[in-house]
Order: sequence, then C-alpha cells, then structure tokens
Amino acid sequence: MSQTAQDLAEKLSAQFPEAFVAAVEFRGEVTLKLKDAAKIADVCAFAKKDLGFDYLVDLTSIDNYGEDPRWTVVYELYGMLTHRSYLRIKTDVSEEKSELPSISGVWATANWHEREAYDMMGIRFAGHPDLRRILMWEGYPYFPLRKDFPLAGKPSEMPDVAFTRRAPLEGGPFVTLAGGKDSMEREPRVRTPEE
Amino acid sequence: MATTQEIAFKEPAARVAERQAAFGATDELPEMQGEKMVLNMGPSHPATHGVLRIILEMDGEIITKADPDIGYLHRGDEKIAENMTYTQFIPYTDRLDYLAPLANNVAYALAVEKLMGIDGQLTPRCQYIRVICCELARVSAHLLGLGAFAMDVGALTVFLHTFAQRETVYNLAEALTGARFTTSYTRIGGLSRDIPAGWIEAVRKFLDECAVAIDESDKLLTRNRIWVDRTKDVGIISKADAIDFGLSGPNLRGSGVDFDVRKAHPYLCYKDFDFEIPIGSVGDCYDRYLVRQEEMRQSLRIIRQAIDKLPGGPINIPDGKTVLPPKDKVLTGMEELIHQFMLVTQGVNAPKGEVYFGAENPKGELGFYINSRGGGTPYRLKIRAPSFVNLSILAKLLPGHMMSDTVAILGSLDFVMGECDR
Repeated sequence: MSQTAQDLAEKLSAQFPEAFVAAVEFRGEVTLKLKDAAKIADVCAFAKKDLGFDYLVDLTSIDNYGEDPRWTVVYELYGMLTHRSYLRIKTDVSEEKSELPSISGVWATANWHEREAYDMMGIRFAGHPDLRRILMWEGYPYFPLRKDFPLAGKPSEMPDVAFTRRAPLEGGPFVTLAGGKDSMEREPRVRTPEE
Repeated sequence: MATTQEIAFKEPAARVAERQAAFGATDELPEMQGEKMVLNMGPSHPATHGVLRIILEMDGEIITKADPDIGYLHRGDEKIAENMTYTQFIPYTDRLDYLAPLANNVAYALAVEKLMGIDGQLTPRCQYIRVICCELARVSAHLLGLGAFAMDVGALTVFLHTFAQRETVYNLAEALTGARFTTSYTRIGGLSRDIPAGWIEAVRKFLDECAVAIDESDKLLTRNRIWVDRTKDVGIISKADAIDFGLSGPNLRGSGVDFDVRKAHPYLCYKDFDFEIPIGSVGDCYDRYLVRQEEMRQSLRIIRQAIDKLPGGPINIPDGKTVLPPKDKVLTGMEELIHQFMLVTQGVNAPKGEVYFGAENPKGELGFYINSRGGGTPYRLKIRAPSFVNLSILAKLLPGHMMSDTVAILGSLDFVMGECDR
C-alpha cells in the first residue's frame, strides 16, 4: 500500500528533479515537500495526468506563526479510479508573497478549498476564477485562523454590512492552555485575548 | 382495467444523452429570451435543510446561474481545536454532522489515534462497539435524509415513517451515552463507557422494526409515479464530475464510482463483516435515493453481524498515559492519580507529525488532517467536511434545471450545514 505511494512519490520527484525535499513517511503516509511554491500547479497537473491522482481529497493551510516562511499549504491527493493511494504534497509560502498558483484548473474541488484557505488565512491563489470569502462574509477585515487572531475574536465595524464583537464571555470560552508552563496557565479559565 | 403500470427506464447512457440534448450542450445553455431575475433562496428556506443560501439567476422557470452562499453556521471549530486538548475537542465533533454525532466521534478519535500510532491497539470490543455506533448513525442520518428529501418533493408520509425509527435510534444513543444528541461517546484510545445491560436486545428489536420501516418507505417511493418523475434524470452528476468535484459518500457512489472507505481502506474491524456497496448507474437524484436506501439495509446487516460476534473484554487501551484510569483507582493509587492529573491538565502526549484520516460517514468522507508539534494540543486541525465539498458542485449542477428541481437536488445531495460551515 504505502509502497505504491513511495513509488509514485519517486516518479513525481524524477519528473521534477531538485524540486522536492526527500519524501517523509509517517504512519504509512508519504509526504513530499515542494521547494518552490510557484511550481505547484505544474506538479499537480502532472500528478493528475500522468500519475493517476484524479481526486483531491483536501487542501489545508497552516500558519507557522513566528517562523519564516509563514504559510504552508498542504494538498492531499488520491487516485480514485487508478491505484487507490494517497500522497501528500506540501509547499511553503512566505508572508510577504502570500501567493501561490491556483490548482482549481486541475481539480474543480480545489475552487472552494482555496477560497476557504484565503478566507481563513489570507493566502491568495493566483489564477483562481473567483477568490472571494466563503465562510466569513464579504468585507470582513480579518483572517480568523491566523495564529495572531485571538480566540475570542476581534471587534469589527462595517457600516451596512455586519459587525462583530468579542465573544460574550470577554475572553471565554473557558480555555485550557494545554502544556502551559504552570497550573495557573493550564487550568480552564476565562482568558482575555491579550493573555 | 390495468391496475399496475410498469415504469420504463431506458439505458443509462441514453438517458444522460437525452437529458443533455434537452438542454443543448452540457456547459453552454441555449440562448434564452427574456429578462433574467435574481431569486434569493434561503438562508431560511425549508428545503435548504439548515442555513444554506443560494442566489439563483432565473430565466423564467429555468436556472441560468447559481451561487451558493455558505458560512451562516460558521463557529470556528478549527480555531477552537487549536486551543484545547484532543480530548476536549470531542464534544465539538458532535456538532459537525449533528444528524450522526456518534459517527463523528468515532472518526475524530480514530484520527487522533492514528497520529499517536495506537489505532492498531484498540481492543476488539471497542472496535465492534464503534462499528455498531457508526452504522446506527448511518441508518439514523439516512432515515432523516430520505424522509426530508421525500417531504420536500411532497411525500410527507415517508417522513413520519422514518422519523418514528429515528426516535428509537435516539433512545438507543441515550441508553448508551447518556445523551440523545450530543453523544461525545468516544475517548482517545477507547470509549466513555461500556454497553448498558439490555442494550443489545434493544438494538436487535430495532433492527427488525427498522427493516420493516425501510421496506415501507421503499413501497411508498421507489415505484411511485410522482416520486420517479420528480427525481429520475434530474440533477445528473457524471462520474467524471463527481470525482473532479471531490464528492464522496452516497453522492459519489450514486454516480457509479465504486468507492467506500470502509472497503477501500478498511478501518476498525470492517474487514470482519460481510456487506455490499451499492452504486448507481446514471447519477441522478433517483440513483442517490436508491443508494441510500440500500446502504441502510447494508448497515442493518453489519450491526446484526457485529452484535452476534461482539467480543468481551475491556473497551479501553490499558495505558494510563492515553486513557483515563478508573476513578476508584485514581482515589487510591499514586500512579493512577498522576496519570489522571497529567491527562486532564496536559492531554494525551501526541508525537510530532502529521496525519490525515478519513472515515466513511453518512454524508461522505469526513476527514481530519492533524498537524502536531507534539503535546496535547493540535497545532492545526483541518476538518475535511463532506457536506462542504459536496455542495461545491451546486454552481455547476443547478443551471439548466427548473426551479422546482432545486428542491429535489438539494434533498438528494443530503448535506448538513453544521458540518459544511464548521
């Protein structure tokens, strides 16, 4: 099972020499890291056309806050009608750029996934046909899944659109900081966003 | 004096071709006359099953453009998950697909267990109980899905039949978990409690009654002229489109793709059971209906096998660093007290790494991508919600249909906004 994924990862690496960091296997899943995010559309198109990855399971973005490059975009590929193997491709995007090519032309399902990644973290996908907010509303000023966005939310005022306040508990819900340095920090309590 | 009339079906390929010919080319609509009108459907519309809003551009009765607008139920579950331990997030999974909370609990627990590398250590009894839970959830979700689908296109009686059975499933869930809706039944590495006395007998009784109810709804719908006219050849999703748009679950199988995570990548003990995966031939609303109908029967079959073979033994992994120790031991033993304290304050100690786990839920493949930097909290937890992905096809699917077909199409896609918006 995972042998096939390894083979496919090798084939992909062979097609794009020097483009990938060596494949990592964890819990039977193979992850390939693409060095240059600008190539992602070509890599995905090749994976779909020649390697049989006809199904995009999921697309995720990660905020590596405080690190450079700040964003990681994760693609979960699957061969539905072919080999039935998963392959994960990751790529990093810097905060200044915050943009990488869209793959919505490769798999139609990427359209909404990319809109969500844009909506939640503010990563833009060049060439996306309709890059609007999807879960939050048009005109909302923040990107709520960024690590520097507080859990309780931020007040925002948009005349004629909508407004948000902080969560009613002013810092709640009661949050445990798992692995916090002492028990004061660990135990569930109301927390203000500044904490 | 003929009393019955056969409903004739043409060959699948011919039906698709005929339908496409009626609308001209697949992608481009024939030039239509008249002024376009924008119609706002939802977010509070009985047929949108929650808070889906679709902005429809209409030419008379024909939809020319559809723009689904989601997010009305967005609660930021992924953000919340980053701020609590793995175990604390279990109650939030109840509220994803709130028609099948038990199945969500199981899918989430399995994802975390995969990350920790303990999915192979789950006790046999735990696996069997989880399978029973998943399949009960599937029956319950499909009963509602079909009932609401039928009600939306005018067959109210079916809804009453299916809802009576759902009530039994809720009672079973209550006896098992203490809650009818918000079950939070699984724990990382096990379950919150074992099966109560008399529960298996109650499940057995339910299996018999539910099989009758499914047959009844089958009789009411499958060869019902109105039902067939409303659903047959409506909302055809081709096999290629279904894969391209990432559909999963009954919607994917309705389009003829033989993919079910339970068979393709068996998790828990699904290998032990004998069951079949129904698939459709055309990919219209009627096929999706038939697939769900048959899936319920197969689920009943799985539950029957599972309760017949239900093994004894513990339900939790015997590891104090993963599963809470029994309370009496905590109050008397030093080691157990420490384990309890560490688990409650710090959570399970997950390794650094990333995993994706997808489970076959009633709505489709519910996946969790967990990125861990070690410790008891996920660094990033992404929920791959099947309803979210399934709805993305609406913009392509709706144009060319009549306004009244929208109701049938939405019913046949069977989505839940709690999961779609997260």
